[in-house]
Amino acid sequence: MIRTEALTKHYGPLTAVDAVSFTVSPGEVLGFLGPNGAGKTTTMRMLAGFINASSGHASICGHDVDTESLKARACLGYLPEGAPAYGEMTVRNFLEFIADLRALRGAARGRVNAVIERLQLQGVLGQTIETLSKGFRRRVGLAQAIMHDPPVLILDEPTDGLDPNQKHEVHTLINDMAGDKTVIISTHILDEVDAVCTRAIIIAHGRIVADDTPQGLAARSRYHNAVSLQLLRPEQLAAARAAIAALPQVAAVEADETAARLTALPREGAPLLGVLSELAASQGIALKELHLESGRLDEVFRTITA
Amino acid sequence: MRNVGIIMRRELASYFATPLAYIFLLIFLILVNLFTFYLGEFFERGQADLNPFFSYHPWLFLFLIPAVSMRLWADERRSGSIELLMTLPVTLWQAVLGKFLAAWAFTILALVLTFPIWITVNFLGSPDNGAILSAYVGSMLLAAGFLSIGSLASALTRNPVVAFIVGIAACFAFLVAGFPLVLDAFRGWAPQFLVDAVASLGFLTHYEAISKGVIDIRDLIYFALLISWFLLATAVVLDVRKSE
Repeated sequence: MIRTEALTKHYGPLTAVDAVSFTVSPGEVLGFLGPNGAGKTTTMRMLAGFINASSGHASICGHDVDTESLKARACLGYLPEGAPAYGEMTVRNFLEFIADLRALRGAARGRVNAVIERLQLQGVLGQTIETLSKGFRRRVGLAQAIMHDPPVLILDEPTDGLDPNQKHEVHTLINDMAGDKTVIISTHILDEVDAVCTRAIIIAHGRIVADDTPQGLAARSRYHNAVSLQLLRPEQLAAARAAIAALPQVAAVEADETAARLTALPREGAPLLGVLSELAASQGIALKELHLESGRLDEVFRTITA
Repeated sequence: MRNVGIIMRRELASYFATPLAYIFLLIFLILVNLFTFYLGEFFERGQADLNPFFSYHPWLFLFLIPAVSMRLWADERRSGSIELLMTLPVTLWQAVLGKFLAAWAFTILALVLTFPIWITVNFLGSPDNGAILSAYVGSMLLAAGFLSIGSLASALTRNPVVAFIVGIAACFAFLVAGFPLVLDAFRGWAPQFLVDAVASLGFLTHYEAISKGVIDIRDLIYFALLISWFLLATAVVLDVRKSE
C-alpha cells in the first residue's frame, strides 16, 4: 500500500512535484508515465526516503516515509534510476551485503540464492559489477530490490536501455511477482504499460494529468474505435476516401497515400466496422486489411502532456 | 551497531578491491622509513627511541590521509550508489560512522605494518616501550582527526580530487593552528581568548604531548570532540546534499 497526500517538492523557484496525491493498493501495478523532467523520479525518490518532501505526506504500508523512515524502507524494494551499485564488488558479495543490511538470517538467508536463481545470475556471481553488461547490471539491481520479498516495489525505469528480449524478461518477472504486491514502475515506453500495468498515472510539469487503466487511457484517444483500411489497389484511394467521408457515422477520414491506408474516425463512438465492410463490398473497394483500433496511447500521451 | 559493522566491512573490502590500497601502504611504508632514517637521522643520533619516526607522522598524514578519505562519499555520489545506500534500512549516522571506521581501520593497519622499526629499536637498545605505545595511540588519533576532516571534504563534493585538495587544505589549517605564524595573525586584533582558542585547536600540541608518552585526558577529549564534530558535520552535509 502506497499513499501520498499533496506531495510537493520545490527546488528553489522550480516546483518539481506539485501536490501529487494517489493511493496504490496491493495487487496493483501502477505505471508512472510522463515526459523527461515531469517529476517521476523526484516523486519516487520521495517515496523511497532519499529526498525529503517540501510539503505533503507519503506513506508505505502505513509508515510515514518521513517520521518512520526505517520502517517504511524495510517494507520497500527500490530500484533507483540507472540501477546504481558498488562497481568494484562481485555480484555475490554485493547481494550478500544487501542481505546483511536487510537482516536476512537463518532460513531467510535462502532468499539470496532464490533471488540469484530468479534473475539467472548464476553465471556472473564471481564477476565485478562494473564489468557486467547493461542487462545484467539491471538484473542485479532488480535482485537487490526484491531481496527481502518486500510487499511494496518501486522500480524507476526498470527496462531503460535493455534490448527487446531483456525487456520481455523483466516484464515477465514483474508480472510473476506482482500477485498481492504493490508495484510502481516508471517508464516512458508506452508498450510497457500494456504489458505489465493494471493502472497508469500520467504526470506532466509535476502534476497528475491522468489516472486510469491502460484501456481507459486508450479510450481517450480519438482513434478509439476507429477503423483503418488497407487498400489492395492504391488508385482506389481517392474514391474510397470520398465514399467513407460521406457516411453519417464517420466524423473524419485520415489518409496515408504512400501506404494506401485510410483511417475512419467514428462520430460519437458509432460502430464502424460493419458499415465499412458493407461499403467496401458494395463499392467494389478491394481490401487487404480491415482493422479496429482500440486507441493509440502515444497519441493520448502527447495530447495530455503537451 | 550491526549495520555500522556491515558497512565498515564492505568499505574496507572495497579499499582492497583496487590496487589503491596496496600502493598506499607501500608508499606510506617507504616514506615513513625514509623520513625516519634520513631526515630524522635515526642511527646518527644514537638514542633508543622513536622520536624521529613519530615526529614526521603529521606531515606524512597531511598528504596521505586525505587520499584515503577522498573517496568515502564523493564516489558514492558520483556513481549514484548513495541513493541505494540511503534507501536501505540504514540510518545516516550508521553509514557515516561505518565508513569512517573503515578508513580508520585501514590507516591503523598501515601503522601496524611499521612494526619492524619497533623491533629494530628494541634490538639496538632498550627504549621506553610505554612511550612508544602512547605515541602509536597519538598517531592513530591524529589519523582519525584527519580522516574526520577528510570525510567532511568528501561529503561536500562529488569529485574525489576536489575532496583530496580541500581535505589537505583543511587538515593543514588544523595542523598549523598552534604555530606562531598563525597566532601572530590573530594577535594584532583578536582578544586573547580567541587566540588561545585557535592555539588549542591545533593538532600538533595535542599530538606532541601524547607522542612524548603523556596521555592526558584533555588531549583525548580534544580528539574525541573534534572527530565527533566533523562526523556530525558530514552527516548534516549529506542529509542536505545527498541527492544533488
